[in-house]
This record gives sequence, C-alpha cells and structure tokens, in this order.
Amino acid sequence: MAITDAPKIITGRFGYDDAHTLRRYEATGGYQALRKAVEMSPATLIDEVKSASLLGRGGAGFPAGVKWGFCPPGVWPRYLVVNGDESEPGTYKDRMLMERDPHQLIEGVLLACYAVGCGQAFLYVRGEMALAQERIAAALNEAYAAGYAGKNILGSDFSVDVVLTWGAGAYIVGEETALIESLEGNRGMPRLKPPFFPAAKGLYLQPTIVNNVETLCNLPWIIANGGAAFAALGAESSTGTRMFAVSGHVKTPGVFEVEYGVTTFRDLIYAPVYAGGILGGRELKAFIPGGASAPWFYAEHLDLPLEKATVDKAGSMLGSGAIVVMDETTDAVKACLRVVRFFARESCGKCTPCREGTNWLERILQRILDGYGRPSDLDLLMDVSDNISPGIVWPPKQTTICPLGPSAVSPIASALQRFRPEFEAHVARGLQSRVAVSVSSPSRAPAGSHG
Amino acid sequence: MARLSADNLVIANEIIGRYPVAKSALIPLLHLAQEQDGYVANDAMVHIAELLDVSPAEVLGSCSFYEMFKREPVGRYLVNVCTNISCQLMGGEELLHHAEQSLGIKAGNTTPDGLFTIEDVECIAACTEAPCLQVNYRYRHRITNAEFDRMVDDLRNGRLDAEVPPHGTLARVRQSIPPDRRAGVVAPDDRREPAWLQTATELTGDAAS
Repeated sequence: MAITDAPKIITGRFGYDDAHTLRRYEATGGYQALRKAVEMSPATLIDEVKSASLLGRGGAGFPAGVKWGFCPPGVWPRYLVVNGDESEPGTYKDRMLMERDPHQLIEGVLLACYAVGCGQAFLYVRGEMALAQERIAAALNEAYAAGYAGKNILGSDFSVDVVLTWGAGAYIVGEETALIESLEGNRGMPRLKPPFFPAAKGLYLQPTIVNNVETLCNLPWIIANGGAAFAALGAESSTGTRMFAVSGHVKTPGVFEVEYGVTTFRDLIYAPVYAGGILGGRELKAFIPGGASAPWFYAEHLDLPLEKATVDKAGSMLGSGAIVVMDETTDAVKACLRVVRFFARESCGKCTPCREGTNWLERILQRILDGYGRPSDLDLLMDVSDNISPGIVWPPKQTTICPLGPSAVSPIASALQRFRPEFEAHVARGLQSRVAVSVSSPSRAPAGSHG
Repeated sequence: MARLSADNLVIANEIIGRYPVAKSALIPLLHLAQEQDGYVANDAMVHIAELLDVSPAEVLGSCSFYEMFKREPVGRYLVNVCTNISCQLMGGEELLHHAEQSLGIKAGNTTPDGLFTIEDVECIAACTEAPCLQVNYRYRHRITNAEFDRMVDDLRNGRLDAEVPPHGTLARVRQSIPPDRRAGVVAPDDRREPAWLQTATELTGDAAS
C-alpha cells in the first residue's frame, strides 16, 4: 500500500464553498503564478513545464511541454484550444475542476498562451455541463475586470482573449481534431493525421495547442513552485499528482487526487480513505482502469501502480483516470454490451469499419443477451473486431482515422477472452428455451436498451 | 417558430465578433436559437445561415450532428437518465424504467401535456454519483425512485423554477468582454509575432521556440 501525503495540487480549494470566486482564488495564492510568469521569458516558462514532465491528463498521456514544442517555429498566429469535452464513460474530474475552481483553469490557460505565444484561446466546455459553463463565464468576467485576462494583462504587453464556447452533445468532439472541426462550426468529425496534426495545422489550419482541462490546471502550481518540485512527486515517468474517479460497485465511490505513479489500484479501490472496498464485501470480478476505451483489468492487476508505462505494458491504459469496478454479480455480457452500445451511438460515421462495425457488434451482443445468439456469434464478434482493429492487440492498430472504433473492441476482447463461458451460457440458454418451445419473454434484457 | 429576436440578434452579433472566422459561431448561435424557442426552428437556422454567410444546409448539417439540438419541440423539462456503465452497475437502467413507468412514456417521448421528455443518455460525468440524471442539464446525483417522483412533482408545481430553467437555456451567466479590456480576435492571416514574444526576444535574446 502506498498512500502518500502528497499535496493536493489541483483540488486544494475544493474544501471551500466559494472556491469558484475570484476573492477566494486570490486569497489562496491565485494568479500569483501569472504575475511571476509575465516577468519571465516565455522560453523559460516552457523549460519549467518541460522539467515538470507533466503528462497530458486527457487520455493519450503525452508530455505537455513537448507537445507545445511541436508548433513550427516562426509560424503565426497560434491558437490554444482547451478540451473541456469530458465524456469518456467513467470519467468525472474535468467537470469538477471547471465547476469548483474555474479561475485555476483560466490561470492555466493564460500561462499556456503566454508560454506558447497563442494569440487567442478557446475554452470548449461540454454542452451538457450547464453549471461549469456558468461558473467559467462568471470567472472570466471577473478575470477580465481585474486585469488578468484580455488586453495588456497585469500591465504587461501580454494580451489574449479567452473565449468561452461549448459543445452540443457528441463524445467524438473530445478527439482533438474533431474538437477543432466543431470549433469551426462543422460536424465534429476527426481529421486525418498527418497532415492535420493540430500543432502544425489545427484551428483555421494554424498551429494549435489542444490541452485537456486537468493538464492546464496543473500549470499555476508548477510555475509557482517550480517544475522540479512537481517532478519530485510521483514516479519517474508519471510525475505530480493525478485525479482518479472510482465508480461502480464500491462502498465509497469518489474522485481522488493521489500521487501519480505510486498509489496502486488496490489502494484506490480498497483503502478506507478512498473507495473503501467492494460493495457488500463481495469479490472483484473486473475493473476498467482508464475509461470505457481501456481493456479491462482483474484481481491480478490490483497491485500495479497507477503509472502510465506500467499500465501500458500490462495491456491497458490509465486513459482519462476513470476506474470502474465490477463485482462478482456483474453480467459480463450485459456490461460489455453497454460499453459497446456507447461507441456505436457515438461513432461519427466517417470511417466505414467503425460506423458499420460498432453497430454490428452492438446488435450481435444484444441478440446474445436476448437469447437469440448463435454459437458462431462469438467468433463473429472477434472477426468484426478484427476488421476495426487488426490483430486485436494492445496498443491497438486501427483501420479508422481516430481511436473510437478500436475503443469498442476493448470491452469485447476483454470480456470474451476472460468470460467466454458466460457468453456461451447466454447462447445455450437461448437455444434451449427455443427447443423447449416454452418461450417466455427474454428475462435478462436490460430495461433501457434499444437498437 | 421564429428567426432570432431583436434582443437575441444583438447577442448573436456579439458572439460572432469573438471569433476570427464567423462560422465558428454556428454552434453558439444554435444554442441561442434553442434558448429562444425551446428547440431549433427552421427559420432560426435560415437566419443563422444569413448571419454567418453560409448555406442553410450547412447549418442543418452541423445542427443535426449534435444530440442536444432538437429540431422538434420537446418537453419543458428534458429528463436525461444515464444508463452508461457506472450508472448501469448502480441501477441506472432500473431508474430509467421507473421514470418511464412514472411518466407513462418510453424514453425518447414527451408526455401529452408537453411537460416532460425522457432520454436514455450516455455518460454525463457524474460516475461516482450513480445513478444520476439531468433535468435540462442540471444534475441530480444518486437519485432513488422516491426522489425521482418528488422531483417530478416539484417540477410540475414550479417549485424548482429558480434552479431549473425551461429547456433550451444552458448557462444563465454570459461571458461579457468589456470593450476596453478586449485583446481582440486574431485572424488566421495575421502573421505578426505576438508582442510579448518580441519583447522577450529583445530583452534576453531568446528565440521562442
């Protein structure tokens, strides 16, 4: 067990009811990093963030400072786009950061703009998050009035407008090039990379940095305390602290900021200060370690540290910091169907393997669950999966522009490989009930499912 | 229903003025139209097309991609019950079933009095608070069947009016940039190096990467 007393870098103000106000933010060290930054050269600021080794907190986990460096030198203007479109199933952290401490995010945005030289910033919040939109709007209005945002920030020659905008319901917009399409007023469909790497050709085909909310929220602390202090926390390749949401069959589900790379899955799921163990003292069946796109983990993975490289090597990912716990009573087929149905509904339709494949996967799983499955369906599921993600390997290969399609393969590969007898039992039950003619309505069909 | 009202036209133009390229205001303006009428009317889409100098088909094309935009009237209260994995494990599907029984409609439909529409939705980022739902995008965490029924009764009798605006209204606080604080839009063809980088280069000789 490794429960450390690492400082709360980004959730430190959550204890205050008025943490979203400028007064509280200023009273707790807010905007001091920005004051410090405008006295520094942008290059020094970038070095500081690089020395922190801050990994992006959105899902892919790419080092933020390195990402900034991908903008081609001398090409202007550059834009900053904040990805606040949190919608990966199981993920609940960016909404919290936006609702409870919006000034911390705004300060992070301003620091990034100053460092990279972004002429304008767009803060894209998920459409469904009305309170986050209100809190950020109010915070921006305060920040402008106080001289922290807009023209000649803190009397310097640093000027940038931060524009709040929000989406309208589309998971795919969390993918950075789809987000850019959406910001340009289009359907949120991903662009092909290359050539459309945002750092080179992003918003309006200009160099664009797309950073996740949690990533940016770390910047004020890093600038105030130094990159070295940040890098001193956590493991070598996963520094600082990170927010993890633990949900599902646990006694005390919650969102916890823990030292990155040190704390283990067992700590988070079982420790009384975190999720407190499985509901009703039941056994663990499986858990999703990093959002619905991640392959499932099992009891033998509990002692792995929450560290990017370790989890990647073990065949899954920390993704968006979302841990979903399933106890022994969980129907693996039903859980698998629900995750696959999500990807089928959210496929943007641009690439055929994903558009057609995810829908077929959903239909096949639904008929298995409804008692109309065929023995050949199990291999068919793997065959369709293989067409979306050749070889069904980790990290996934893809026949699609973005990783959404391969994400639908994760739950299938996991559930089918680990719990194949459950799939077979559903198929056998269906066959028997039809042979016996005493057919009643399917008993295990989930109430809310539809095609 | 309608094109944007005179008041909303003022807001629309202010929003358009924040973006380097007008079409970027498309989604914000669709939200504005939905706030005005409770749904996105055809006339509003035509009006938005005129404002952004794009075709009405382009507006419809984007509008129809996003789930939150309703092109037909929905209930005054949109009840979105999450059934995704974390909620499913904690009874989200049973909650949806209860909502359907309680309001007498299946998900995707509206009660005959026009008050409630139920939707079976994907993850709404309240996973540790399952099962959860939203009413007009205002959260209800860890909700029981009894709490659901009380909420419906409260909504019906206007007791939640202060907290839950009618469908279409999202943020009730708008961003407002004072003219004297505005840094201004940066157009994609504005090739100048930002001023603060030039200063830094002069002072330190550092070339910003």
